[in-house]
Formats: sequence, structure tokens, C-alpha cells
Amino acid sequence: MMAELRNALQQLYWQKVFFVLGALMTLYLIYPVLFNVQGVYLITDILIYFLVFCLILFVAYIRKQPHLSVPWRQVFKGKIAMSSAVVLSFFIIVGLMDSIHFRYIEKSEATNTSYSVDMLSVLDVSLRYISSDSEKTYSAPFAIYSYAKENFINDEGVKYRAYPRLKFAGSHLKKPEQEYWQDIISKSVKGLIIGLIISVVFSAIFIFYLSRTSARSYLDTLKNILQDKFDLPWRVMLITLSIVIVLCAWLFYLSHFYHVMGTDKVGQDVFYLTLKSIRTGLVIGTLTTLIMLPFAIALGVMAGYFKGWVDDVIQYIYTTLNSIPGILLIVAVMLAIDVYIENHPALFETAIERADIKLLALCVVLGITSWTGLCRLLRGEVFKLRELEYIQAARALGVSNFKIITSHIIPNVMHIVLIVVVLDFSGLVLAEAVLAYIGVGVDPSTISWGNMINSARLELARDPVVWWSLISAFSFMFALVLAANLFSDAIRDAFDPRQQGVK
Amino acid sequence: MADILLEINNLKTYFGDIKNKPVRAVDGVSFKINRGETFAILGESGCGKSITALSIMQLVPSPAGKIVEGSVVYNGEDLLKKSEIEMRSIRGNRIAMIFQEPMTSLNPVLTVQQQIEEVLQQHRGIKGQAAWREVVALLDSVGIPVAEQRAKDYPHQLSGGMKQRVMIAMALASEPDLLIADEPTTALDVTIQAQVMTLLRDIQKRTGMAILLITHDLGIVSDFVDHVAVMYAGEIVEYASRKDFFTAPLHPYSKKLFASLPAKSKRNRTLDVIKGIVPPLTTEFTGCRFYERCGAAIKQCSKQLIRLVDIDNTHSVRCLQFIDNKINFPITNDAVSDISDTGNIAVEEVFSVANLKVHFPIHKGIFKRVAGYVYAVDGVNLTLYKGKTLALVGESGCGKTTVGKTVLHLNELTAGTISLKSEDISLPTTSQLKTLRRQAQIIFQDPYSSMNPRKRVGEIIEEGLIALNPELNSIERKTKVKTLLKQVGLPETATSLYPHEFSGGQRQRICIARALAVNPEILICDEPTSALDVSVQAQMLNLFKQLQQDYGLSYLFITHNLSVVEYLADEIAVMYLGRIVERGSVDDVMQTPQHPYTKALLSAIPTVDKESAQEKIVLEGELPSPITPPSGCHFNPRCPERMDICTHKYPDTYNISDSHAVACHLTEK
Amino acid sequence: MFAYISRRILYAIPILIGVNLLTFALYFLVNSPDDMARMHLGAKYITQEGIDKWKTERGYDKPLFYNETEQSYKKLSNTIFYNKSVKLFLFDFGNADNGRNIGFDISERMWASLAYAIPVFLVGMLVYISFALLLVFFRATYVDLWGVVLCVVMMSISAIIYIIAGQYLIGKILLLVPISGYEPGFSAVKFLILPVVIGIVAGLGSSARWYRTIFLEEINRDYVRTARAKGLSELRVLFSHVLKNAMIPILTGAVVAIPLLFMGSLLMESFFGIPGLGSYTIDAIRSQDFAIVRAMVFLGSVLYIVGLVLTDISYTFVDPRVRLN
Repeated sequence: MMAELRNALQQLYWQKVFFVLGALMTLYLIYPVLFNVQGVYLITDILIYFLVFCLILFVAYIRKQPHLSVPWRQVFKGKIAMSSAVVLSFFIIVGLMDSIHFRYIEKSEATNTSYSVDMLSVLDVSLRYISSDSEKTYSAPFAIYSYAKENFINDEGVKYRAYPRLKFAGSHLKKPEQEYWQDIISKSVKGLIIGLIISVVFSAIFIFYLSRTSARSYLDTLKNILQDKFDLPWRVMLITLSIVIVLCAWLFYLSHFYHVMGTDKVGQDVFYLTLKSIRTGLVIGTLTTLIMLPFAIALGVMAGYFKGWVDDVIQYIYTTLNSIPGILLIVAVMLAIDVYIENHPALFETAIERADIKLLALCVVLGITSWTGLCRLLRGEVFKLRELEYIQAARALGVSNFKIITSHIIPNVMHIVLIVVVLDFSGLVLAEAVLAYIGVGVDPSTISWGNMINSARLELARDPVVWWSLISAFSFMFALVLAANLFSDAIRDAFDPRQQGVK
Repeated sequence: MADILLEINNLKTYFGDIKNKPVRAVDGVSFKINRGETFAILGESGCGKSITALSIMQLVPSPAGKIVEGSVVYNGEDLLKKSEIEMRSIRGNRIAMIFQEPMTSLNPVLTVQQQIEEVLQQHRGIKGQAAWREVVALLDSVGIPVAEQRAKDYPHQLSGGMKQRVMIAMALASEPDLLIADEPTTALDVTIQAQVMTLLRDIQKRTGMAILLITHDLGIVSDFVDHVAVMYAGEIVEYASRKDFFTAPLHPYSKKLFASLPAKSKRNRTLDVIKGIVPPLTTEFTGCRFYERCGAAIKQCSKQLIRLVDIDNTHSVRCLQFIDNKINFPITNDAVSDISDTGNIAVEEVFSVANLKVHFPIHKGIFKRVAGYVYAVDGVNLTLYKGKTLALVGESGCGKTTVGKTVLHLNELTAGTISLKSEDISLPTTSQLKTLRRQAQIIFQDPYSSMNPRKRVGEIIEEGLIALNPELNSIERKTKVKTLLKQVGLPETATSLYPHEFSGGQRQRICIARALAVNPEILICDEPTSALDVSVQAQMLNLFKQLQQDYGLSYLFITHNLSVVEYLADEIAVMYLGRIVERGSVDDVMQTPQHPYTKALLSAIPTVDKESAQEKIVLEGELPSPITPPSGCHFNPRCPERMDICTHKYPDTYNISDSHAVACHLTEK
Repeated sequence: MFAYISRRILYAIPILIGVNLLTFALYFLVNSPDDMARMHLGAKYITQEGIDKWKTERGYDKPLFYNETEQSYKKLSNTIFYNKSVKLFLFDFGNADNGRNIGFDISERMWASLAYAIPVFLVGMLVYISFALLLVFFRATYVDLWGVVLCVVMMSISAIIYIIAGQYLIGKILLLVPISGYEPGFSAVKFLILPVVIGIVAGLGSSARWYRTIFLEEINRDYVRTARAKGLSELRVLFSHVLKNAMIPILTGAVVAIPLLFMGSLLMESFFGIPGLGSYTIDAIRSQDFAIVRAMVFLGSVLYIVGLVLTDISYTFVDPRVRLN
């Protein structure tokens, strides 16, 4: 009786999960109709949302598997890991917002609708006030004057050179010299207060939810959080979250009035560019692994399990690929693809699609160079696993090879896969910057930290130094990579049995 | 009054979260060791005996563990008050230690000489040529042949027994007053175990050092020690001289330990077992720690902390019975029941192998040509009868496990025939293989690696049913799983749990249930009890007997433990270096062993039963490599009764009686 | 030993063939020589004659695999595949698209690469190991904790940032050393100091942390407990036991990189204007000179395989348990 009930509940659980997934998917497909826009689905967009889809399924699955959810709880028990996770989720949300693309309808008539040429993402729309505000050239953060002098003619008709006012930053100031600091401070205070309000509201909702699930009174929950009595470090989570929210609110609010991180050579807002770069970084860090994972797992497991000639062939493949210095292989493939794109312009409709294909190609080739490591690790692990007694017992019970691989081997190497995936992520994000410098990275038209740093590099020679785009790109990249590194450390500690003795 | 060398008082060593929820690995241990005596701490795994030893040396892994209380008084000085630097002049100098795993306890990248010289230099300031001479002398004194050469070897070039000798030589280098030996022979074979223990005793006689022996083996205690302390769940429950302990153990736990030992005399009944498992050491105990498992316990036992009471000068026990004489304790009978001997059932052959050979090729050279073979199994004949147990006995590396795996076609066989109910299945067709899988199943040694840690017990047991009985639907399978769990003595609720939630013995039960799921007639048991503690082993042996009686199972029982064999087996086959050297009924082989190897094996087992103890035959040398077996009789280099013919001709097998055969030239005469 | 090395060389041949076929496929099958010419000449003023001229000058005007117009063996040898790929096996790299002999350039530029890469490799190892040992000696204390945090922070910074920051701070503000440039001979030192230091610092985070893990893994082994039980001091245990065993994974992991030192570092050389093979490759990539890129791919694979063999041989030196065969 109890078992049946539990079964029914379990089924209900999956029904719920699939309902949510289905709803999300439908929403993603029909939103263009709802908002009367033309949805654009770039290949990387689709892959990203496929990844999100898998992730939701995965989370739903591990929640039901104690042996998986225990180490995950272990991960989040760490304070550092928890705050890294919060920071990471900020990046992920921005990245996801930047992965829903569409075009506005410009004029709609009964027979033919024409769409705007510009493709926008949800992020673009929410930052439209910045993205459309282009200055002429460089300007420092919070500046109201341009970086470069221009020729003016004064009322008496005399030519003189001076720093012009910026078009969009601080244009609301009537007497900039007197009002400037006061305005910045008052606007900052306002931004911070908005941030505080949002974070307080959010915390309140969260505490309410927590009090419901843990069957405590509201005040009791609050007290427990403040004293850090919960199993998971909710206090740290809320603090980090509040800091992130307040910081965001401040920046976003001020960016309505100023270029908070200055502008670049062609006058684009650097804050906007850094935010746009997040998607590129995430795509490279995640899709690369997504693409290489099936190959690495299948080949690694097969080599380790079947041994003999299968092993020889697979070893040959990865030694060959490995023997080509990674960066040269990337260069080789990217050059080939460049030439291919150059010579087949018909295949790619717009510049954005072309850039998107290059981004995907970069992921694929980074995947090709990075799967060998995982493959070799898996092969070694499976070698050990297949001699274990439970595999022998399964063979003695007449279980087929396929079944042994899927139900005994793969679940027992997944922790290695997970560790490699999270450890690779930060390395891939960093690699993008290096590749951009070499000139084989993402398309120059794609906004990325690598491209930003690469162009900012040359600007250091100017006087006064144009430091802001370098610093902005660097700090965002650093925040993402550091958070990812810290989080992956926690994952490794929780999942890698070898680490347990070490800590 | 003997001269006290080391006195430990109220030692407490805790692990884990020491403030809030400590693991009380050692919880108030006190004992004394006299100069020149051998003192044993006896206990099952996890009772804290090794941690006690490490605490004396102050080598408790830090920061995980910490000595929180107590004193370790050595020669009148409390070691726990000494600084780390002062401790270094004690460690390895006055008190030396050897460990359980000689394989991993030596540094693999330093030579034997370098590792021993380190001690000489550190504690005796001997260097250069003098040190070299001393190293050779030391190696000589621990019975290592050709010491000059062995000194230059790296550890991997030595066998397990040799490594343990090197460890001993290293410990002796500083002429210590006390040698702590932490399970020094557990990882070694019986014949090697006898060599090492004898060596330790000889050294003790020569040097007069005291030995603190940490062990779980009652046999070793009975053969070698003066005083013994029995540890249970972090405390000492009984302390006695050897004689007192073996003639009149007082604590219910000690008594149960004796009762659960398998022996021939107990063949026709179940073994007495200790129910349940050791309580977790995180518990805050308010009463006797053995209360839950004790047959003689009364309510009172769980309500007061029990102190160690002295019965006389050398005998103390931690049990309420001896504190309060007024209480009437329930009389404990051995909870055993009779089992009818399966002796006279009609003999029906179910399984046999003839001339089984398994040779693993060794590849060498540019094109990986086959340069030689490991002759793991080299012509083995076995017959298994319905409802009977055939024990395959031998030291590690003799090929007995390979036999077990090969008859199930988990290994490729090189030659020979395997027949299942007189059908030749040496080169099985798919359907024959399926039949074999239904009829014969295997149980492995290590209960920890024999189950997928990521599957629930229900799924684990179901696995064979899905593969071999696809006609069953999921409800039928679930019912079957429940029945199986009941058969092996586990609750139904086990289905939804994971393997790590069970103790070693329980896991082994699950493995048996998994094997039984496909209703096999034959079970191949590969050392199924050797990873378990004595009390748990008894439970398993009872289960094996029970199942055999209920379902008429035939067992091929692969083991090195002869007392288990005596209790369980009907027939014995003794294996040496890939071949059977003697086989026969259990009586024949155990009572009148013919082959010198069998005789040596039998005499090497440390036994509790003093009356039956004979003169020890300590074999020299070790099992040779199966790549280059000695010419003639494989056993001849170690045989105490070697003759000329033995060195060039492998003996034929002679039938002494219908039930007894032996391959030895002595028999021919 | 001899048998072992000859076997490894035999194994290397199919791998090099594989590398070769792969690069050939990437450069001649995915994109025909016509495509390359078109790209090189620029899309605007393109004529078939221009393309043909470009191809002839560089030897791309032949058939890919099989030349029907030639006699006997030349049917095979007078092809792009033979000239551009098979000849690599003889270390005949041919000419770059700008007409210079690649083999000659490589032999000239190799020394500058080594002058940068060897100090980074040796000093780097020393620094990383010392730092990791320091952390291990103070394990489970704040020194270790903050050391690891420092490592994680350092490995979260892109190499490019290290270079830019280093050049800017030391070269430009403090004016200690020239920002970039190179002179052969002894005076190279002043040009090399900055890139070497930056190269080492950039690798510190990940390497030191990795070595620390290796040390910690070793320190939990049984033989370390034995060494402590002998009464050895912690430093002695660390140096004569732990370090010696940890050198097995460390050295063998590093040896594979030794031959690749010849290739130099793409980033460093190009940033600091060191005329080595790294900057050579980058320049080739930027000017889309495929001949050089292909030559470097092949050279890289050869060196990698040499590295693998050296790794196996080095095992026998540091680990007494390993014997070749």
C-alpha cells in the first residue's frame, strides 16, 4: 500500500517535471507570436536551451537519487561554493537572456510583413537605453566629456579645440561643473536603495518559502538563517545575492545617465559590451563540453571495456589528435573554416549567422582538442572498473555487455565526467581570450572578452591611458572564471573519492 | 613484580567532529606492558586497536584525529607531554612499529639499504661502511637469504613475506625496547605467517624486547602471547593472561568469540553467533557497549557505565556480572541448533572439470610476440557432487581463484573440459552459456566491491532475474526479491536501500541473494568469509550450511582458511602452483594428510585448541612464480622431505583409497 | 631498451601518417587551392589567371593525388599530396607562401625559442615545486588555505592579462627592462627576463596547486607513516620520501613537454617580439601562410611523440618498479 502510494507520487513527480519542461519549451517556441516579433533561433541558441533542458532533467533526476543528491548537498554546504554558485547564476541568467533572439516587425501589411534588419536579444531590449546610445569615440567611466578634443567655433566665430560634451552621458546636467558630483552621489544612493529594496523583497520571499518547506515559523526561519543553523549556508547565499543585486541595481540605474564603464573607440558603451560578452564566454565554456562529451564517453568506455583491437583503434585516434599541438589544430581548423565561409557566402544569410557558425565551429574544434583527456581518463577508470567484482557478478548472471556498460560502468564514471566538465569550463573561457589574440578566435564582429581585451591592448599606448575597457572585460571574466573555479573545486572535493583523503 | 615498560592510562583518541559529535575510536583504554613480554590487543575490525597503537607512537592521522585525554607512560615519562621533537628520539628508536601491509609500508623508490640506514643514522649515528655492515647483519638476523644482494633491492623486487622481514629488520635497527606489531601477518599467507611469527618470537628471545601485538586472530594470540586485552567498541572489555583467557574467558563477548570459531567438532550444528553489529562509535554510551548483542544482558546493563573489575592480579573484566553478584543473570546457552549431516545422500555428479588449464600469455619485444606464459592453472581435475561442498584450498597465487572464474567462463580457458551434468560446455554455445549462468553462480571475497554502489539492493538482486528470467514481470520479480531477502535473513525494507548502508556481513548476504535469484544448483564461493570478522564469519557459515540443507546446493568453496574447511567441506582439494597436490574427503585430508605441503599447511594454522597442537612445520621460502615453475615436483624447493626424483619428475597422482588421492613421490614408495 | 625504442618508432609512423592525412584533408580537401588563392588575393580583383599564377608560384597547380600527365612513379610523385605532405616525413618543409625556405627559418628561429622556453621550464618547475612543498609543509593551516586561494585566484586570470600588466608595470612605468625586442647572444638576457618572469607567474596558480595535490596524495600513503614511525623529522619525510615519490608523476608529466620547448610559446614570443618559432607561427597564421602552419603541425606532432618516448624512458629512471618491456 505504502509502496504503491510512493510509486504514484514518484510518477507524479516526473509528470510535474515534464509539465514544466513542456511549458518552458512551448513558451520558447510561441513567444514570437505572443509579442508579435519574428523569432530567430541561432544554432547556438538552440544548443544552449537544449543544455538547459538537459540540466533541468538532470537536476530532477538527482533529486530522486540519494547517492547523487548527497554529494551535491555536500557541494552547496561549502560557503565559498554557495556564493560562487550565486555569482555563476547571475552570469547564466544574463547569458540566457542574451540567447533569445528576435526581430521587430517594422511594417505590417496584410500581404507582406517586413522585419527589421537588426536582430535583438532579450538582453538588448532590456539594455536598449544603453545599446542605442553610441558616442563618437572613447570616453572614460562616468565622464561627461569626450576623450578626444574637437574643433568648436565660439560665439565670436573663433575656432578653438575643446573636449565636447558627450551626447548621452550626463546630458541631463545643466551645469555639469557644479552638479556633477552631487548628481553622481544622489543617483548612486538612489540606485543602491533600489537594489536594497529588491534584495530585501527577494530575501523575504525566500525566507517565506524556506519556512514553508522546513515547517518552521517565519521568525524562527529568519533567526535560524541569521545564526546559520541550517544545513545549507543560506545566510551566505542571501548575503552574496544581496551584494550582487545591489551592485547590479547601482550599475544599471546609473547606466541610464552615464557610461559607467566608459565607451570604446567607436563610442559603444563598455558596460553593455561586457554584458554581451557573457554569452560568448558561456557558450564556449559549455557547448564545447556538450559537443565533445558523447564522443569522449562512448569512446573512452568502449576502449576500456572491450580492450583488444577496439582499444587499439581508439587509442590511435586520440594519440593522433593529441600529438598535434592543440593550438595549432585549432588554428588549422579555424583557418580552413574561415576560407570555407569566405568562399561560400551564400550559405550564411547574415553576418550574425556567420559569426554564430564561427562560434559553433570554435566550440567544435575546442571540443576536438579537449575530448582526448577525458577519454583517456575514462578508459583508465573503466579498465579498473571492469575487473571489479560486481561487473564479474553481472557477467556471471548473464547480463549483456550493453546493459553492463549502461547500468554499471557509465553511472560509476559519471563523477569523473562531471569533474572534468566543470574544471574545463574555466579553462575554455580563458582560452577564448588567447585565441582572440592569435586571431583565430570568435569572429571579430562577435562581442567577447577576448576581442575586447585584444583591442584594448593597443589602446594602452595612448595618453592618457585608455584602461577602462581592458579593466571591465578583465574583471567580468575574472569574476566568472574565479566563481567557476571555486565552484568546481567544491564539486571535485565532493565527488572525487581520491580527494577525500587529501582534504 | 615484573618491570613495567609501558603504562597507558585512560587513553582517549577521538576522530571527526571532536567537539560536537566525536567518533570515539579509543575511549578510555588502560593497560600495562612489562619488559620482554608479548602483549596482545585482540579485537575485531573497527574496535580501535590500531588507533591505540598509533596513539602510543603519536602518529594518529592529524587533523582528523586527536588524542584528547590520558597518559602513555614509558619508562616513567609521559610521552603525551613530550614535544614532537622529543618524540622523534623515541619513535623508531625506543619504540618501533611494523604495519599490516608490508606491500605499501615500504617506500617504493628507496632501496632496502637506504631505508634501514635511515634509522641507523637517525638514532645510532652510524654511517657509511659501518652502516652497510649493520644493514647486512640486520637482514641476516631476520632470515633474509643473500642479504648483501637483497639490501640493494627495491621493495617491489621482494615478496610480501620478505618485505615484512625488511620491516622487522628496520624496526630492530635501533634495538628498541618495545615493538608494536599491527596485524603483522594478516596480509600474508598461512605458511608465511608462521615464518614471520616464529621469527618475531626468536628475536624476542634474543633481544628481550617487549612486543605489543595488535591482532584479530585468536590463533595467533594463543600461540604467541603472554597477556591479552580484548577490545570492543573503543574500550577494553577483558584483560587476562593467555592461560586464563583460553581456559576461562569471562566476558560474554570473549566467550562468544570462541564459540563462533568454526571447527570440525562443530560440524553437525550451527555455529554460535553474535547477533547484530558493533554500535557506531559516535554513540554516547550510557551502559555496556555490548548490551545490544549480549545474550546474557539484563536491563541494568544498559543503564550504568561498567568499570573494569579485577578478578585477580592478572585478570580483569568489564561486565556487570562480576560487579554485582546478587543479580541473577540469564544463563547463556550456545544458541546453536543441529544440522543433519548431508553425508549419505545418493552421490550425483553435477559439475566436473578435467585437465583444466589456464595460461596467460606474456607479450614481449617489438611485435609483442608471446614470450612466455603464466601457468596460472595447469591441469586441474575436480568433481562436484549434488548437495556437497568441495573446498579448494591453497595460498594466494596458487591459481584457485582463476579456477573459480574459468569454470564459469569468466576467463578464457586454454585447455581441458568443463562439464555441467555430463554435458561438455568447454566451448559453450549461447544457449549452453545461458544454462550455465542459470545453474552456477559465484560469490566474491570483497563484499565492498561486489555490488554496484549506485544501485539499490532491490535492483541489484533483480539483475539476474531480468537477464535470465525475462518471462517474469516486475511484480513477480519484486515478490521473488522479497523471498530471497528473507532466505538470507535480511528485512524486506532492504530493497530500497543502497549497499553502503549495510555492514560487511549483510552485504555478503545480499550477494548471496543475488546469486540465488536465478535458482542455481552450484555456488562458487571465492573466499566469501575472509574479509569478515570471526563473529560475522560464523553467521555466514551458518547461512551457507542452512542453504545447502534447504536447497541441496553444491558449493565449490575456494579458501585458504582450513578451519572453515574443516567445518564446512565434504571434500578437500589442495592446490599448489596451478595443480592439485592432494584431494580427498575432509577426514582423510585433515586426519591423515599425505602430501608434505598439506601437512605444512595444517600445522601452520595457529590453533586455539592446545591439545591437538602438534609440532610446527615451518616451510622455508615462498610460493615460486607461476611463470617459471620449478622443474620436477613444483613443491620440491620448499619440501622438507625432498628426494632426488622430486627435482626432475612431476609425481603422478596415486589413489590411497577411494576417497583420497595425492601427487607425491613419497606415496609411490 | 633498444627493442623498446624501435617499437615506439614503429608505433609513431601510423600516428604521423594520421596527422599528415588530417592536415592534408583540412587544407586541400575542405578548401581547394583555388579557394585559398582567392582568399589570399582578396575577393575584389580576382581573375582565373591571377589564381593560376598564384598557384603555380607556390606549387599548388598540380593534381591532388594522381597526376595522369606524368610517367611512371611521377604519376604519384608530381602531385600536391606528395610534394606537400609526403615530403614532410623527410623533414623537407618546402617554401613558405612568401617564398622563404621553411626548414631554414625553423633552424634559425629555434634558438630564440629555446632561450625563452628553457628558463621558463626549469625555473618554473623549481618555483612551483617549492611553493607546493611550502603549502604541504603547512597543510591544514592558514598558510595552506590562503596559498590555495591565491593559486585559484591566479589561475583565474588570463595569461594575456599577465602579459599586458607585466609589460605595462615593469616595462612602461618602472622602465626596468625593454618592453619587447630581441638581440641574439648574451644581450638577449635583458629582453628575456620579463617574459620569463611573466611566463612563470602566469603558470604558478595551476601548477602549484596541481603539485600540491600530488604531494598530499603521497603524504597519506603507508610508507610515509612508516617513515614517521622511524622518528624522522617532518622535513626529512617531506624531502627524502614524499618528494622522491611525487617526482614520478611530476617529472613524467613534465618530460612530455621538453621537446615541445623548441616550439616556444605563441603568446609570449609574439607579445615580446622574440623571433622564435612561436612568433613565426603566429605571423604565419596572421598572414594565412598555410605552408608554415602545416609544417609546424607536423613538427609539433613529431616532437610530441618524441616527448612520449622520453616520458616512458624517464619512468625507468625515477621509478625503480618500471622496466621497459
